Amino acid sequence: MANVSLDLARPAAAARTAGSVRTRRLTVDLFFYVLMTGLAIVFVAPLVWMVGASLKPEPEVLAIPPTFIPRQFEWQNYVEVWGVVPRFLYNSVKLALLSVVGALFFSSLAAYAFARIEFAGRDLAFSVLLSTLMVPGIVTLIPLYIIYRNIGWIDTHYPLWVPRALHSVFAIFLLRQFFKQIPRDLEDAAEIDGASTFRIYWNIMLPQVKPALAAVGIFSFLDSWNDLFGPLIFLNSIGNQTLPVALALFQGEFFSQVSVLMAGATLTVLPVLVIYFSAQKYFIQGITLTGIKG
Amino acid sequence: MAVGVLARPRAGSMSRRRLRRNVEGWLFIAPVMFGVLAFYFVPILVSLFTSFTNWDGLTPYTFIGLDNYERLLTRDQFFRRTLVNTLYYAAGHIPLTILCALGLALLCNRKMPGVTWYRTAYFTPVITNVVAIGLVWSYFYAPGVGILNWFLSLFGVQGPSWLTDVTWAMPAVILVSVWHGIGYPMVILLAGLQGVPESLYEAAKIDGAGTWQRFRNVTFPMITPSLFFLTITQFISSFQVFGLIYILTHGGPANSTNVYIYNLYQNAFQFSKMGYASAMAWILFAIIATVTIVQWKLQKRWVFYE
Repeated sequence: MANVSLDLARPAAAARTAGSVRTRRLTVDLFFYVLMTGLAIVFVAPLVWMVGASLKPEPEVLAIPPTFIPRQFEWQNYVEVWGVVPRFLYNSVKLALLSVVGALFFSSLAAYAFARIEFAGRDLAFSVLLSTLMVPGIVTLIPLYIIYRNIGWIDTHYPLWVPRALHSVFAIFLLRQFFKQIPRDLEDAAEIDGASTFRIYWNIMLPQVKPALAAVGIFSFLDSWNDLFGPLIFLNSIGNQTLPVALALFQGEFFSQVSVLMAGATLTVLPVLVIYFSAQKYFIQGITLTGIKG
Repeated sequence: MAVGVLARPRAGSMSRRRLRRNVEGWLFIAPVMFGVLAFYFVPILVSLFTSFTNWDGLTPYTFIGLDNYERLLTRDQFFRRTLVNTLYYAAGHIPLTILCALGLALLCNRKMPGVTWYRTAYFTPVITNVVAIGLVWSYFYAPGVGILNWFLSLFGVQGPSWLTDVTWAMPAVILVSVWHGIGYPMVILLAGLQGVPESLYEAAKIDGAGTWQRFRNVTFPMITPSLFFLTITQFISSFQVFGLIYILTHGGPANSTNVYIYNLYQNAFQFSKMGYASAMAWILFAIIATVTIVQWKLQKRWVFYE
């Protein structure tokens, strides 16, 4: 784009070459569109196949040559999967909601204090918090299992949302950065009006960091929804299991047909895709921030 | 503090205010500080302690000093095997991911209408559940009826039975891991590319630099900080790969894809060797810390900071 405008800045040359430049640019663009579309197919095809398979009669799923769009739609697969998944789906949704709400509230509360309240030991407390990022989660996993077993948390949902609500270091870090950028005037005015610190945080400051809250919410949702290790280790009974892990564990038992299994997989992926497409901006923003700060 | 100046409080109310701020501050951070203590520091201590015992986590244990570490580092042939498998995975996953992500980021950085749609498409696998996509790919890899071998057969190539073949299982896992994980590094690199000032390209162009020279001398140095960040994070995450292995191969065939965390998972939660597995976790921490420090030291040689 830029080089073309540069060429056009020279009128004499432009008059002679504008036409050929335009056709050349068009061919180059076309080449890139074809290349990038091909690559996009590589990345999306497995998901399209999954949705397709969930709508096919069983024999068509593994037929060769494969079909992406079902020749014959079989909605029965979803009726069948609906006989199995509501329990797992409920567990997944419940855990995701508790994780998201908890992480949003407790992380923003702490982040506000770290960014805006001057109190003794603040910087030390913050460095202690950041230091926990150094040790990989796997180190704490085994002792947590032992601890949970001793306090009766195994096969309950607590291990899967309480730590996420209370110990989201990345969320605190991100929100703190955002709180720090807000001008002081708003807070000062409210303080003179006699608003309590909590009211200032809740009514005035929180609405200012909505984009960061969106990013944090999305990340804790994904973290909870896509968790495999946690449910696998901390849950025993079938009725407590989350949807994705139930798919992995009870393939043969509840999802003996590939088409039904793929209907289950589609239900697992769908909520995430909906959120992704509707809140893509915050997504990319959040990831970019981790990269820059890292 | 501006308020203090405006209101001109007496010394007494000032220190009362400071006390109030201290209390409020600690009240606000109390829940997360409790979380850090309960879900991080206490477990760390328990883990360190457990690694010096033969505890199964439930029945009485014996304190065995450094035995676990000594056995892991000098005698456990299987541990060594899983370490080699992990290195194999990392050696495939990291360069492939970063190179392909760079390629995609360069493509998405072209100024063409609709280019964000492509970015969206390339990023989609990252957010999809590892169980769901693992199941999909295991059908793609199936020897008789899989799409991959059908595709290869169109070119007259007879594909192996990917996930059950000792030679091909690991490359198959790596392929899916690159496909699944590429969106994240791509977005990081894209942000890096978009941070390169247009004026640098203009200047290079005036100096007569071609496309490759512009990439080599302008683009590449400018995105080395992003690349550096990615080499560190990709190393850490590839040493902890678990989900795909669990779904695709369960560490098989014949343990050819049994990686560090999978072995740790088996020791801890299938064989109840909590002490042994804790020692493994600490050795992993040591490996990650060492490599990260070395990368940090080496960054002076190749990372360019303005």
